Amino acid sequence: MGLFVNVLLSGVAQGMVFAAVALGLVLVSRATGIVNFAQGAMGMFTTFIAFSLLTAGLGYWPAFVSALAIGFVLGAVVERTLMRPLRGKPALNPVIVTIGLLVVLEGVAGSIWGGASQGFPAAFSQRGLVVGTTRVAFSQFDVFIVGAVAVLVVAIVALFRWTDLGLRMRAAAFSPEVSQLLGVRVGRLFTLGWALACAAGSLAGLLVAPLSSFSPYYMDLNLVYGFTAAVLGGLLSPAGALVGGLVTGLAIAFVGAYVGSDLQPIAALVLLLLVLMLRPQGLFGTAEVRRV
Amino acid sequence: MTGAPAHGVAGAPASDGARRLARPLARRLRLPRHPLVRHLVFLVLGAALFYVVTVNVSSYNDYQIGQIAVYAIVLGGLSILTGLNGQFSLGQGAFMIVGAYTLALLQLHAHVGLVGELVLATVIAAAAGVVVGVPAARLSAPYLAGVTLMLALGLPQLSAQYGSVFGGEQGLTTTPPVAPGTISSEQWLSWIQILCALVVLVLLANLVRSRFGRAFKAVRDDEVAAAVSGIHVARTKVLAFAVSAGCAGLGGALLVLSTGVVNIGEFPLALSIALLAAMVLGGAGSLVGVWWGAVALVYMPTWSTSLSQHLSLGTSAAAYLSDAFFGVVLIVAMLVAPSGIQGGLRWIGLRVWKAIADPSLQGPARDRHAGDGSADSDVRAVDVDPDLALRVGAVPPASAQGDVVSPAGDRPGPSSATTTHGHLDLETKERSSP
Repeated sequence: MGLFVNVLLSGVAQGMVFAAVALGLVLVSRATGIVNFAQGAMGMFTTFIAFSLLTAGLGYWPAFVSALAIGFVLGAVVERTLMRPLRGKPALNPVIVTIGLLVVLEGVAGSIWGGASQGFPAAFSQRGLVVGTTRVAFSQFDVFIVGAVAVLVVAIVALFRWTDLGLRMRAAAFSPEVSQLLGVRVGRLFTLGWALACAAGSLAGLLVAPLSSFSPYYMDLNLVYGFTAAVLGGLLSPAGALVGGLVTGLAIAFVGAYVGSDLQPIAALVLLLLVLMLRPQGLFGTAEVRRV
Repeated sequence: MTGAPAHGVAGAPASDGARRLARPLARRLRLPRHPLVRHLVFLVLGAALFYVVTVNVSSYNDYQIGQIAVYAIVLGGLSILTGLNGQFSLGQGAFMIVGAYTLALLQLHAHVGLVGELVLATVIAAAAGVVVGVPAARLSAPYLAGVTLMLALGLPQLSAQYGSVFGGEQGLTTTPPVAPGTISSEQWLSWIQILCALVVLVLLANLVRSRFGRAFKAVRDDEVAAAVSGIHVARTKVLAFAVSAGCAGLGGALLVLSTGVVNIGEFPLALSIALLAAMVLGGAGSLVGVWWGAVALVYMPTWSTSLSQHLSLGTSAAAYLSDAFFGVVLIVAMLVAPSGIQGGLRWIGLRVWKAIADPSLQGPARDRHAGDGSADSDVRAVDVDPDLALRVGAVPPASAQGDVVSPAGDRPGPSSATTTHGHLDLETKERSSP
């Protein structure tokens, strides 16, 4: 029973990280209709920048905020320089570009900071909390993870639902041509979508870095789990990303604890294929009629 | 030549000349017309060339040439999958692992001889390709990329999980074939690898020309139109996946013959992505271009080592620079030249041929191509030509945007997602039809 509860708790914490990655994927996918496979690598890169700032003597929170801001700018720059020229091209081309970006960022990070795993500090204690008399596998830092991602999800949902800007972003994603005719600056909103997505990716990178072996490749698996989570949630809804993240996190945690941690990626693949076969629109999406 | 009347007079011969120019290269060079005979001619010429090279260089160079041949096999399969069938795989490294471990396990537990080992490695990897291809056939490009990415990351972990069978971290050892007579073992192995590469590429070239090759292209260009014409779309896509997986499996098996050991460290995600980049570099769908990509795969680590020494970055940076190079290749190729090196060469060759064949054609030929805008003005020609897009009944822009969003629907999607880079082949054919 104790093991079960601990696995459940660590699954929730992991799931929130996957939800943050998935949220970044959803933001880009909503805005521009492509899947950004560099999402994880961008978060990795900004986290390494934060690591350099920390090593240079900056405090944790200034480094944390700088990484989010740099992520925001990086996302905007990538959209402007790499994605904009590919608008209107077949969907495969921008996807391949994001894959190229993934290896470029990993390669550059590797040649700057080296490939060995390093320790990334956590904002709060990583010792499990004591509930009654027993210590559970849920630390103050895990509480912070859950809180930070929850704030992010609420902020994104609020942005889309209650602000003028969010309404325009939805309009631009729904029908770029019509929105443009109505005076919406579609291009800028796409850039904003990318910038927000990359900031979300940076948050995920910062949150997960203390939990994993921090090397240029540490976001690879988080990316694929985040992708699974995003597809589970329908790839379009921020709330779906949150639920998808939690489901994926729990599935991964239980497979890791009861079957074997080396089978986690394969388990996620099976989960992804099941969703794609049985309910391709995701748990929350609505099936879309396509004209041919 | 200079005045307008000259053009007017040259009108009729010009169109005749244009038709002559548009004939396939093979016929212009008066090669045998039957595809198999023609490809066998290439095989014999290639084998002779490689023989001359391998006997005259050091055994380390033999080893590298063997590696090039191995990657040419893997890239050939990937090129068919992407360039011809419009599908996409980031998981070729995973299929290489299947082939490599099949060979190592057969050497350990069964004695079926080298040919048997290679054939079984190919067959089992192709079977794995069918297993992945069946669900993959329903997915559009971004989902396919995600699924195959997960395969490339997840499959290697199996060898850690089942260490007793696959040898865990250390992996398994392989024994290279024994060379007859006085031939060095590197040279003998490189001959085997080259022979395999040439045979596989001839088989693939024949496949391209066959009923299946045409079905691959039809499915790539428009799944609905292909289905209406009686092509079993899903089966065709799975077949393409199996062919590419089989090639990767054979490549993996041949690769570990020369390294002497199989472990998952040799097939990281970066390899799968580098394979994709090398394929794009050579030119998707081009079986000649695979050699360019293979050369880049083999020599890039060496070049990046010397580059990192030049930049005094330290030795560990070399591997990262090599990875980053292939990422840059992917990005630049998508933005600037989706047809890769071979596409560029073909474009240059076509221009040179035009200039040599009939200088009087220069004017009208340029006019003709100015008409179809993107088609010939630069290498970007390989993207969907507006005319072509109309011809295959592509969707209006709005729904073209939308189709990316909805995942694997029950109905096959419009072609815009799958009709991608790298079909100069198709382009030239389009132009050739009068």
